[in-house]
Amino acid sequence: MPMPAEDIVRLIKEGIPGAEVEIQDLAGDGDHYAATVISPAFAGKSKVQQHQMVYGALGGRMGGVLHALKLTTMAQRP
Amino acid sequence: MSDPQVFERIRDEIGRNEVLLFMKGTPVFPQCGFSAAVVDVLSQLGVKFHGINILVDPELREGIKEFSQWPTIPQLYVKGEFVGGCDIVREMFETGELETFFKEKGVALADAA
Repeated sequence: MPMPAEDIVRLIKEGIPGAEVEIQDLAGDGDHYAATVISPAFAGKSKVQQHQMVYGALGGRMGGVLHALKLTTMAQRP
Repeated sequence: MSDPQVFERIRDEIGRNEVLLFMKGTPVFPQCGFSAAVVDVLSQLGVKFHGINILVDPELREGIKEFSQWPTIPQLYVKGEFVGGCDIVREMFETGELETFFKEKGVALADAA
């Protein structure tokens, strides 16, 4: 079930204020995305915790309406 | 909410298997690209692991998501610790972090075939 990229970006930004989000529709089908999320809120957290924060912001959609979101998280730009 | 007995089963499996992958399909025949990617990484490192096919076990399929607080499959556990899903495992593999992690955990790595 497709989900528009703008919705994903909006939810992540609402859940993690100040986050920068870059999103790519991998297959052009609105169902397979790659997102890079950059936020100082990730500092000092493990990758698992960082991804959990993003999944939390998506409020249960991940694994449901949102099938595939390849996630890269970082506290600051490399 | 999942039945507490499911969590009990999960804890038991995690306790019995040094390297455990909750996955879709089996290590020989993964049924999802993300699960296949983790199997591939573990094979490249020569890590022996046990795979649990959650597709044939709906109770476990829901239970593991709650247990790990992680919404997707695959999920990799090493010596009781949740390492992550496909993206984290792949990223750690590419940076060499995963190999170091296995060594630190005392998990045997064979030379890649």
